[in-house]
This record gives sequence, structure tokens and C-alpha cells, in this order.
Amino acid sequence: MQMQFEVQGMDFNRAGEAAAKIKKALQMVGMEVHTVRRAVIVAYEAELNIVIHARRGTLTAHVYPDRVEIEALDEGPGIPDITLAMQEGYSTAPPHIREMGFGAGMGLPNINRCSDKLQIDSAVNKGTHVKSIIFNQASGE
Amino acid sequence: MLIKLQDVKRILDAEIITGADMLDIEVSSGFGCDLISDSLCFSRPECLLITGLTNIQIVRVADMIEARAILFVRGKKPGKEIIQLAEGKKIPLLVTKRFLFESCGLLYQHGLQSS
Repeated sequence: MQMQFEVQGMDFNRAGEAAAKIKKALQMVGMEVHTVRRAVIVAYEAELNIVIHARRGTLTAHVYPDRVEIEALDEGPGIPDITLAMQEGYSTAPPHIREMGFGAGMGLPNINRCSDKLQIDSAVNKGTHVKSIIFNQASGE
Repeated sequence: MLIKLQDVKRILDAEIITGADMLDIEVSSGFGCDLISDSLCFSRPECLLITGLTNIQIVRVADMIEARAILFVRGKKPGKEIIQLAEGKKIPLLVTKRFLFESCGLLYQHGLQSS
């Protein structure tokens, strides 16, 4: 099963809708609770990264019996230093975004924490491609 | 220990914004935070989400983490859109004039565990 959603930059009213739909679909196909939780965190953080930082993008969930793959592809400023962006607390979000409770520099670290495999490719002034794989497991926390 | 929303209301002298018919719902833990990502990652299902954030994303996060209810602190009341979304998701909303620290402390004192 594959689900794909268009995500618009700065659309905070609809932000999170794609992740919520992915969650429902994963529950319907009977994925483990632990898998659903991790996949939802990855999907939400990836979706919000597009909304906060990019002009537009797509969020895709590929669902297999043994794993979920979440892909976020955006057109935006890109990430100049991925290692730095992976550090907890590092953020380039402006003050008005932080006032909404975002921009604490936990987006990519949370995606990393919840992923079994993670690939991030980015080109400055072009965009970013995030691919996360979450294996379907009963527990693990 | 499970605590009913009607007890949360009493303990914190809270006002019900939506979900007055759901005060028998029980919460198993509390999570107090003003950060979206931390609320998403560190709270547990069936918790009471305690926050000063009143934007629509806090309801989306509550829905995703399967929080039982949201308690807004510092007397902050959410707007219409947020209330409508919470009603659609059947997530009761409460507001107290108490601060985050004080709200968490009082609920902990009455037996609510940390999420």
C-alpha cells in the first residue's frame, strides 16, 4: 500500500493531516502499536519540517507487512550541514515559529530516534529528501 | 492511578471549553510541556496533555498520541477552529488559570503519575 500527500509550506492549519491519515491507515492494516507510534512521529515531524522550512513537498508512506517507509521530498532551502541539523537543540526556525511550540531543534533527532534506517539527502536552495524505514516490531522501547 | 476529568476540573478549578459530557473519562498520566515535538515523543497514550500552547497543532498531536484530554494553563483559551477540531476528535478541552508547574504539581499531589 502506498499513500502520498501534497504538503504546502507555512500551511499550519492543515499541517499534521497527512500524518494523521497515515496513522489511521497503519492501524487499519494491523501494524503493531509500537510501529504505528514510531511511524507517526516520523511522518508528523517530516510533514512539519516541510511546512516550516520548505515551499512545498510530498509526504509518502509505503506500507509493507514487515516495515513502513516514510519519504518526505521538498522544494526548499535545503540543509547546508546535515550533521549539525541532526543535533538536538539546533534549529533555524524563526521566532514566530518557535512561539507556536516548534523549532526546538528536535524534528530530525526525533525522526532519527524513531527510524531503524534513515537517509537524508539535501541540496542547498533546491530541497531535501528524507527516507525513513521503520520495521514492524511489537516493542523495543 | 486513574483520575477522572471531573476531578481534574475540581482540583485546578478549571473551566470546561468542550466535552462537558465527557467528564467521566479517566486519564492515566499527565504530560506538561510547551513544545510540540516533546509532547509527541515523550507523552503516553491515555494521558492528560497539559500545555500553554493554544494553536491547532496541539490538538493534532493530542489526537496522534491518543491523549484523553487537553488542559490549557495560564488561563489561555483556544480559538474556534481549535475547539471545532477537538470536538470532531472527541478530545475534551479544559482551561485553568494556574501555571504549568502548579497545575502539574497539584495533579501529582492528587496521585496522577508522570507520563
